[in-house]
Amino acid sequence: MSVTMTEEKTRKEPAVIPELLKAHGITPEEYDRIKKILGREPNFTEVGIFSVMWSEHCSYKNSKALLKTFPKEGKAVMVKAGEENAGCVDIGDNYAVVFKMESHNHPSAIEPFQGAATGLGGILRDIFTMGARPIFNLDIGIPTVGGEIYFDSSYEGNPLVNVMSVGLLKHEELAKGAAKGLGNPVYYVGADTGRDGLGGAAFASKELTEESHEDRPAVQVGDPFKEKLLLEACLEVIKSGAVVGIQDMGAAGLTCSTCETASRAGTGIKIDLNKLPQRETGMIPYEMMLSESQERMLIIAQKGKEKIVEDIFEKWDLHAVKLGEVTDGHLMRVYQGDKLIAEIPAKALADEGPIYIREEKEPAYLKETRAFNINSIPDLSSLQGRKGARFTNLAPNTTVTCNDVLLQLLDVPSIASKAWIYEQYDHMVRTDTVFLPGRHDAAVVRIKGTKRALAAASDCNGLYCYLDPYEGAKIAVAESARNVVCAGGEPLGITDCLNFGNPMKPEVYWTFHQAISGISDACRALGVPVTGGNVSFYNESPAGAIYPTPTIGVVGILEDVSMATPSNFQKEGDVIYLLGETFNELGGSQYLLEIHAKRAGITPRLDLKKEVALQKALLKANKERVMSSAHDLSDGGLAVAAAEACLGEPGKFIGAEISSLGVIREKDVRIDAALFGECQSRVLVSLSKENAPKFEKILAEFSVPFTQVGTVGGNRLQIADKINVAVMDIEKAYRNAIPRRMEKVIA
Amino acid sequence: MKTFNAKVNVTLKKSVLDPQGQTVLEALHSLGYKGTENLRVGKYFEVTLNAQDENSAKTQLKEMCEKLLVNTVIEQYEVHLS
Amino acid sequence: MKVSVVVFPGSNCDSDCFNVMKDVMKCDTQFVWHKDHDLKKPDLVILPGGFSYGDYLRCGAIARFSPVMREVVQFANNGGTVIGICNGFQILLEAGLLPGAMLANRSLKFICKHVWLRTENTKSKFTNRLKPAQVLNIPIAHGEGNYTADPDTIKRLRDENRIVFRYSSESGEIADKFNPNGAVENIAGILNEKGNVLGMMPHPERASEDILGSHDGRGIWESLLESAGK
Repeated sequence: MSVTMTEEKTRKEPAVIPELLKAHGITPEEYDRIKKILGREPNFTEVGIFSVMWSEHCSYKNSKALLKTFPKEGKAVMVKAGEENAGCVDIGDNYAVVFKMESHNHPSAIEPFQGAATGLGGILRDIFTMGARPIFNLDIGIPTVGGEIYFDSSYEGNPLVNVMSVGLLKHEELAKGAAKGLGNPVYYVGADTGRDGLGGAAFASKELTEESHEDRPAVQVGDPFKEKLLLEACLEVIKSGAVVGIQDMGAAGLTCSTCETASRAGTGIKIDLNKLPQRETGMIPYEMMLSESQERMLIIAQKGKEKIVEDIFEKWDLHAVKLGEVTDGHLMRVYQGDKLIAEIPAKALADEGPIYIREEKEPAYLKETRAFNINSIPDLSSLQGRKGARFTNLAPNTTVTCNDVLLQLLDVPSIASKAWIYEQYDHMVRTDTVFLPGRHDAAVVRIKGTKRALAAASDCNGLYCYLDPYEGAKIAVAESARNVVCAGGEPLGITDCLNFGNPMKPEVYWTFHQAISGISDACRALGVPVTGGNVSFYNESPAGAIYPTPTIGVVGILEDVSMATPSNFQKEGDVIYLLGETFNELGGSQYLLEIHAKRAGITPRLDLKKEVALQKALLKANKERVMSSAHDLSDGGLAVAAAEACLGEPGKFIGAEISSLGVIREKDVRIDAALFGECQSRVLVSLSKENAPKFEKILAEFSVPFTQVGTVGGNRLQIADKINVAVMDIEKAYRNAIPRRMEKVIA
Repeated sequence: MKTFNAKVNVTLKKSVLDPQGQTVLEALHSLGYKGTENLRVGKYFEVTLNAQDENSAKTQLKEMCEKLLVNTVIEQYEVHLS
Repeated sequence: MKVSVVVFPGSNCDSDCFNVMKDVMKCDTQFVWHKDHDLKKPDLVILPGGFSYGDYLRCGAIARFSPVMREVVQFANNGGTVIGICNGFQILLEAGLLPGAMLANRSLKFICKHVWLRTENTKSKFTNRLKPAQVLNIPIAHGEGNYTADPDTIKRLRDENRIVFRYSSESGEIADKFNPNGAVENIAGILNEKGNVLGMMPHPERASEDILGSHDGRGIWESLLESAGK
């Protein structure tokens, strides 16, 4: 202790001067506001506190105004977006789910492993702080059951890491993050506080520059074992009934958790930093308040039940230290012994940060990409194998066929099998994973003790959003919902993770606004509320902004787990249907990008009315258990979807003979558009012949256009005289794409 | 009581295949360090302990290694005391 | 059959084992906390998978010194039936109840996938309901399952018929290409000398219900029920 004291004396706090404010990202206007709130000048610690709480990461100052337009209501919604750490939705049988997606992009760009790992830790704490046991995820005993991986050069230097976690709880176990009840003790539980992640929240709101690699301390190091102990202890303490409120210490750690819990309850809170468990010596209050050390939680216990809380944490070998208490009034007061260090109204920090509406301007590049004419794309028959270009495996002067295109597309990492990735995560622990990752349109996880199951899927096509952020975001919502529906689930809610560049740039703000409108419109049409999410701005590297990437996660419910529908063909002799319509659409397609090296065109148009009808018909067909398989058409269009539907477990496959290209809605649709175009609201279904009349009746009821296009069987995939490939070759291309590249990197 | 600082190096026994070491060796080769002949990955511990004398410290360290720090089925160790 | 599932702070397959034994196999099943000294008089002790104490030093190295492990060692030495799965197997090795040790997978990656196992011994109390050379579809999920031991130990294991499962093809062929982690002689599971302790890397509890894609793991539980006679 004596060491601590002497070091403290030697460390002088800097004076609050304009340079300091600038370094903290506080504008002169914001500083005036702070002075008005306090009625005086803030001290150094208070400047730090305001800077993190009013940073984009915590305050959503540049996005709040637009996020308000999301539909948040739904009959099953128990906790709405923004009310707590994550939204909560009723799923029947006295169970509820909590789910949320979050980004950890900036730390992951600097230190990929720890950045991604702590991103996961943060989202898990958001889930179990609500009393829910995370049921999908990674490494600490939670399965990672699904995922979406999208590769594009626009993310080079600024990879996006979006993590989604879904937790399950019984209604009575729902815990809130509010500091209620005067005199109730405030506990600090979990790991000790160090200097790690200092200013991480402010860091996450800054563009990545070349110097960022010098910023290493801003990345926290996670301890998954401690996270697991904390999870178990928190769930146990919530069940014990001794907890009034509980909140994770994520971004802006102690600062955020104290002022948010007080703000939610409309109370005051006081803490004593001398009691804070510390891992390093000589820390000053500023550092303690802003540290982002991992695996820490704040618990507001019921007075008189302190022993229960302390015993449970001792059982799990974790600290539970009484740091302070809930007070009258509305102030967050930070002490060091008797010395008052900071005094700020909690609400001013948590809920009354500045809100900005930024200037918007349509990006200039769109004029060019929109002007792209599909007819400028040469016929496949004019493409030839040549050295140094695509189709390097073809001999020079050989004409490229649709077969070659299909195999080439299956080799694209964004389309190919992701087994190389998900086999490195435990995706089966807890023995609930009914649909293993990567094989079906959505992950399906059963709920033990009930007949029910959950389905979840996530999606975002960054290239679509680059070419048309409104349509791209709309499609991301529709496609993830469609994936859940194909697997048999009824969508309950969506969570989003909105990854964009610097919002001060009018072009970026315009794309952000467009994407928000797209998400809102799609959610309203589909009747699915947004139950929570996250915004990540400043995703830029020296090369420029990333594609606008609004990642969407959808969670759905299956009343009976036996309703789960696979995406691959099941039985020889089953008939194949193609639902939906095909247009002359190639803009933004993987075909255009990979075969013709063009990032251009107008993305597929999504008609929300048709999408809703399609999803309703699929839900009904599923309830009546008519379908053997259902697989949505996305990247690579009909040909890729059919190829994927031929593949089961590794080494297990079945062929298909497809003689028709489905309902063609435009005259002179090009063959490449029919095979590889990515028109929306289309699904490939297989079913037994006996079920065909029933199925067609359901489709007619919802006016879904359809064609019976073929039959399951054999060991080749044939499509309309254009494609004829051995399924074994399909499997080889699809499964080797990522391992082949990764092994090259490692060697 | 005196305070001793010990450094403990733990490596896989020569007869045990070291997959980590192999991978690092191959990486060095591909970086152009063709002369790299052999490479073994190990663990390193820094231990500060209080003991009556050097002998007692050595005995304690040996015990620590054989009980916990080292799996003597596959690993060997060296202790340096200062 | 009365079953005790040991819970270390970092266990994560404890509830999976518990559910299978209780709800699928209908056994009288209970958890035993790692700080406990009482195993609660079981017929079978399960050491489940996970990462017992974080496993930062070596998998299973610290778990071995927990109070409950003293009881487990005594129980095993008195002839009690013990199965260690995945991290449980690693703990049995560290505790000296089984010979050998684990290295990192030769790919140096964590591997989670379904594999095929050929049954090499159907006389043990863990496998008496399985057919000779029966091939089982059971998942693995580990980063350190690369079993190793000195040549004399391997020879003894072989001679005494103590190698119970080997990684194989679907048809039962044993070859290096079916070896997911580099284990010596494709070893996936071994017995102790007396035949009352089994350690295996694959997870039979994840393959005990059709809805999870395989029920091949049930053969092991059914064998144990048979030999327990209750």
